[in-house]
Amino acid sequence: MSEVAERKSGEPSALPSPKPPKRVPIARRRKSMGNRITPYLFLFPGIGVFSLTILFPIVKSLQISFYKWRVLPGIPSPFLGFGNYTRALHDPIFWRALVNSGFYMLVTVPPQIILGLLAAMLLNDKIRGRGLFRILIYLPVITSWVVVTLLFLYLFSGDGGFFNWILKDLHLIHQDVQWFGSRWPAMIAMSALGIWKGIGWSMIIYLAALQTVNPELVEAAAIDGAGAVRRFFAVTIPAVRRTTTFISMMLVIGGFNVFIQVYLMTEGGPLGSTEVLLTYMYRQAFSYLDFGYGSAIAFLLTGIILVLSGVQWRFFRPSEK
Amino acid sequence: MMIVANRKYSKVLRASRFTTLCIGSVIMLLPFAYMVSTSFKKHAYLFESPPRFIPKEPTVSNYVQAWTTGNFSRYFFNSLFVTSISTVLTVLFASMAAFAFAKFNFVGKKWLFLMLLTGLVVPGIVLIIPQFIIAAHLHLIDSFGGLILFYVGMNFALNTFLLRGFMEDIPNELDDAMKVDGANSWKRFIGLYIPLSRPALATVSLFSFLASWDEFAWAITIINSEDKRTLPIAIALFHGQHQTSWGLVFAASVIALIPVVIVFLFAQKHFVQGLSLGAVKG
Repeated sequence: MSEVAERKSGEPSALPSPKPPKRVPIARRRKSMGNRITPYLFLFPGIGVFSLTILFPIVKSLQISFYKWRVLPGIPSPFLGFGNYTRALHDPIFWRALVNSGFYMLVTVPPQIILGLLAAMLLNDKIRGRGLFRILIYLPVITSWVVVTLLFLYLFSGDGGFFNWILKDLHLIHQDVQWFGSRWPAMIAMSALGIWKGIGWSMIIYLAALQTVNPELVEAAAIDGAGAVRRFFAVTIPAVRRTTTFISMMLVIGGFNVFIQVYLMTEGGPLGSTEVLLTYMYRQAFSYLDFGYGSAIAFLLTGIILVLSGVQWRFFRPSEK
Repeated sequence: MMIVANRKYSKVLRASRFTTLCIGSVIMLLPFAYMVSTSFKKHAYLFESPPRFIPKEPTVSNYVQAWTTGNFSRYFFNSLFVTSISTVLTVLFASMAAFAFAKFNFVGKKWLFLMLLTGLVVPGIVLIIPQFIIAAHLHLIDSFGGLILFYVGMNFALNTFLLRGFMEDIPNELDDAMKVDGANSWKRFIGLYIPLSRPALATVSLFSFLASWDEFAWAITIINSEDKRTLPIAIALFHGQHQTSWGLVFAASVIALIPVVIVFLFAQKHFVQGLSLGAVKG
C-alpha cells in the first residue's frame, strides 16, 4: 500500500531534475514555521492525557516516596526524607523480591531473543504455511496474561497436571512435583510461562527488521562461499544489531516488571518466597495502604531499569558509525 | 556435480526447517488446545491420566453457564465498550501527535519527544500508586471513564513512537503539492497522512486494542462494582471463587480470546509491514 504510494510520489520529483532535493525541505520548513501554533494543536490532546496519566504520576510518585503518605484527605502526611528508601534497603523481603525479579529477567530474556530470532529466520523466506506458523507462534502474545497465567496454573497443577504427566512419561521425575509449593519450582514455572508468551513478540520484531536486510548482501556472502552458519553470524547478526538492542532493552524492562503471573499464581507465597518487586509494591500500597513505601520500591525499580537500559545502550551502540 | 549436491542439501535443509517449525508450533499451540478441550469437558476438575485432548462427552454447558449465570455476557460488552473507545482515542491522538513530530519543527520538540520516550521506559504498573491517587481525585474510581482515560495515556507513547517513524518516511512532495493547492494542515493530515499510514495504523490499532482488552492490574485496582468488571478481572475473580471449575474458567477464557483472534487476523496482513516501516528499522 504505502510502497506503491512512495514509488508514485518518488517518480515525478526524480524525473525533472537530478539536482539534490535539499531545497524542498527548506521551503517546507519555512512555510510550516509560519504557522507556529499548528503542531501544538496536533500534540495537545495526546500530550495532555499523557501528562496527566504518566508524567504527572512520575513526579507525584517521587513526592509520595518521601512521606509516610496518609490515604485519607485532611490528615497531614509526615515527611520522612529518604526514610522509605533506607527501610527498603534494610528489608529482607525487598531483597528477596529483587532477586526473584532479577532471576525471572535473567532466565526469560535470552531464550526469548534466541528463539525469537530463530523463528524469524525460519519464517522470513517464502515457505509453505508461513502465515499460519507466524500466527501460531504469535498467538500467546495476543492472549491476555490472565488467561495464559490461569492456563499454566492448570498445566503445572501439582496433582495430575499436564506437565507432571509429561515429565513422568519421559521418566524425568517419579513423583508429582508441587510446582507452586516452593520458591524455585514456582519461579521456574512462571519463567516458562514468560518465555512461552514472549517468543512471538521478538519474532515479529525480528521479522520486521529482517525485511530491511539487503538480500544482495546475503547472496554476495553465499557466492563468496560462506555457509549458512557463517552468513548468519557475518551478515544477519550485525544487520539486526539495533533491533537486538531494542528487543533486549524492552525485554529486560518487561522482565523486571513481572507482576500478573506472580499475583495470580502464588500471590508471592508460600510465605513470601516468590514475592517479586511489583507484587511487593502492590501489597504495600493496596493491602497495607503504605503508599509511601510502595512508591519508594517503585522508584528503586525504576532506577534499576534506567541503569540497565543505559548500560545496554552503551554496550550495543559505540561501534556504530 | 556441485549444483546437484547443493540442491540435495537445500532440500534436506528445507525439510528440517519445516519439521522444526511444526514442532515449535505444536509446543506453542498445545496449551491452547488443552484449554479449548477442557472448556468442553463436563468434569474438568478431574485430571485425567493420560491427559485427553478429545473430551469423552463434549458439552457446551460450560459456555452456556459462563455466558448466562456467570454474567460473562455483561463483562464481554463492558470490555468491548472500554476497549473500542480507548482504541479509537489512542489511535487518533497518537497519529495527530506523530504527524506533529514527523512533519513540523517547533520549539521544545526534542524535549517533548524525550518525555515520550520516558513513557516507554516506565511502563507497566510502576506508576499505579500515584495513578490511583489521581483517579481518586478526579472521581474516576470504579468507572469506565477511569479505565479509558488511563488506557489512552498508557498506550499513547508507544503508538506515537511507532507512527512517527512511519510518517517521517512519507515523502514531502505530495504534501507540498497539497499545500500549493491551499490545503491546511488538518486537511493534509486527514486526506494524505492518514490514508498513507494505513499499515502502521493497523499495527497500532491492534496494539491499542490488545493492551486495553487484556489489561488487568489497573482494572482490578479501580473497579469495585461487579457489574463494571472487564473480562480479564472477571476471569481472574471467577477463578478465585470457583477454584476447581476449570471448564468454566476456560470457557470464559475462550470467550475472551475470540475477538482478539478475529481482530488479529484482520490486522495481520499489515502487521509486519507496519512495524518494519515504523520504529524498528534494521
